Amino acid sequence: MKLVLETKNVNKHFYKPKDFHVLKDISFRIKEGEFASIMGKSGCGKSTLLYILSTMDTDYTGELFLNDRLITGKSHEELSRIRNKNIGFVFQFHYLLTEFSVIENVMLPAKKLAVKSLKEIKHDAYEKLKMLHIDHLAEQRASRISGGEKQRVAIARALINNPTILMGDEPTGNLDSHNSQNVFNIFKRLSTEEGLSLLVVTHDEDFARLTDRIIQMEDGRVID
Amino acid sequence: MTNWSIILNIAKTHLLTKMKSTVTATLGVTFGIGAYITMAGFMTGLNDLLDGLTLNRTPHIRLYNEIEPSLKQPISLYTDFEDTFNVINSIKPKKSQEKIHNALPILDYLKTNNAIKGATPQLQAQIFYLSGSIELGGILVGVDIIEETRLSNINDYIIEGTPEALRNNSNGILLGAGLADKMSLSVGDRVQVSTVAGDIFPLKIVGIYQSGLAEIDNVQSYVNLKTAQSILGQPENFITDINMRLFNIEAAPEMARQLESQFNVKAIDINEANAQFETGSNIRNLITYAVSITLLIVAGFGIYNILNMLIYEKMKDIAILKATGFSGRDVALIFMSQAMIIGLLGGLLGLLVGFGLSVLIDNTPFVTEALPTIKTYPINYSPLFYAIGIGFALLSTFVAGYLPANKAKNIDPVRIIRGT
Ligand SMILES: Nc1ncnc2c1ncn2[C@@H]1O[C@H](COP(=O)(O)OP(=O)(O)O)[C@@H](O)[C@H]1O
Ligand SMILES: [Mg+2]
Repeated sequence: MKLVLETKNVNKHFYKPKDFHVLKDISFRIKEGEFASIMGKSGCGKSTLLYILSTMDTDYTGELFLNDRLITGKSHEELSRIRNKNIGFVFQFHYLLTEFSVIENVMLPAKKLAVKSLKEIKHDAYEKLKMLHIDHLAEQRASRISGGEKQRVAIARALINNPTILMGDEPTGNLDSHNSQNVFNIFKRLSTEEGLSLLVVTHDEDFARLTDRIIQMEDGRVID
Repeated sequence: MTNWSIILNIAKTHLLTKMKSTVTATLGVTFGIGAYITMAGFMTGLNDLLDGLTLNRTPHIRLYNEIEPSLKQPISLYTDFEDTFNVINSIKPKKSQEKIHNALPILDYLKTNNAIKGATPQLQAQIFYLSGSIELGGILVGVDIIEETRLSNINDYIIEGTPEALRNNSNGILLGAGLADKMSLSVGDRVQVSTVAGDIFPLKIVGIYQSGLAEIDNVQSYVNLKTAQSILGQPENFITDINMRLFNIEAAPEMARQLESQFNVKAIDINEANAQFETGSNIRNLITYAVSITLLIVAGFGIYNILNMLIYEKMKDIAILKATGFSGRDVALIFMSQAMIIGLLGGLLGLLVGFGLSVLIDNTPFVTEALPTIKTYPINYSPLFYAIGIGFALLSTFVAGYLPANKAKNIDPVRIIRGT
């Protein structure tokens, strides 16, 4: 089966305040359509790894492949384009542009990609919002909606360019159980119905158990 | 590839949500540019006025004969004394040197030279003005008044009467305004002049001349050249000055040197005659630019501060934009656009304000005895100032925006998202 994401011997150090080997020989693969979760104790390097996988952090050794293409060593401009087109990212704290409306937030990455017309982009954004049952909020200011709604807007934004893979760093960590369940259901549905590949860091045992695969981390290493 | 519509859209949203800062920064630029336009227009208007006061009535080249002792004394013509050491005491210049030798042929020659717009003869003579019991020393200038009118702006300074009136009256005089005041004379009255030799001539006042410079108006009057010659009892070739106007003023110094050697006369060009006015203009320009640049630098710091603050407030936005695929360059452009929008709006508004103030000054009455042709304060509306103004607005906002924008470009989104 086709691989969407692969790392080979990724190592990372923090040099400040003192030398700290935070990621040690990380090698793993995510297959197309797979729904994988990453678990591990707080401080074991999960977020650090995810920032590397999402191409935002380039300060590491080893190799990173996306759709079998080597990503490591590419220029910042190119990485921005790859991130825009291929990677959807959902943070723990639903980062939205607070001065823009919900629909504008969702449209933003598509406007940057500039492949579709504005009309198509708007249509797509509505579709994503509808799928997440928040289309009625489209014209609201992003600062005026609840936490659970914000996280769903963030998911819609991550999906707007139909990315190769959706990554999440504890996307439910800041939500109550009802909203957490809701977000998990959305991910599960995207995986089964749309065949989307997902890689989600979580602390939630129940959440992880329902994913296709759990990647366990300990002290900067992937175990098992 | 740069997607301008989205970059400008984000820039616009930032500016609109930070309306107060935006307005402050914009008004800073407006103030700087408005002040520059007003000051530059007023200062150069003043310069032109003052230059006109002196330069326009200064001929580009003046030919005259300097009264100085001959370098070659008669004794050196004697071969007998060739090898001796001669001492001559108390050498004095000859009287006849006052006039230009061969003035009429020189004049004819100058009129055929096509670099010269015109050459006009003058006869300047020391005289006394007599009216009743008053006796005032002064200068009488014999001129070809019609030619003078063509070549200089003397007509602007004839406050009563006309040049034609002088030409048509061989005993007419254009009396200096200061003299007319002192002697309580007006047009139509008679005045007597007396030469140094003591001959007295009655003249009829056909006009009043006011240059605005008291030291001229109190002593100088104009008569026809022929009248002056006959008052002095001199023939038609007695001419003390030849004034020239060139088509190209820049050529004056070189031509003056050439005429000097060609005709063995003294030639003074406009630059020598008015070196100090150049300095005055330069200093006024310097003041204008120093003040305007100071204002713009202050405005620039305002923009710099506001953008820095904005970037600090928008850290999260910058991180999101970068995480969702905007490049550092896109982010820098967003903030650069904000700076340039402020610069453009503030600059255009500044041009309007500057123009408005200029019009206001231009219409403020400014009446002074010394300047008979001036009714309001002078303003120079040169489009160059407006071009420089908007150019400077854009330049200063570009510089002020560059550092903050570059900072935004280099912000590491991971650090912001981690929240450290
Ligand atoms: N910028 C940094 N400089 C130094 N140490 C860091 C930095 N960021 C994170 N760390 C450390 O790296 C380790 C891994 O952090 P992180 O990847 O956030 O862990 P996790 O997401 O698994 O909780 C932690 O011990 C953290 O203190
Ligand atoms: Mg973490």
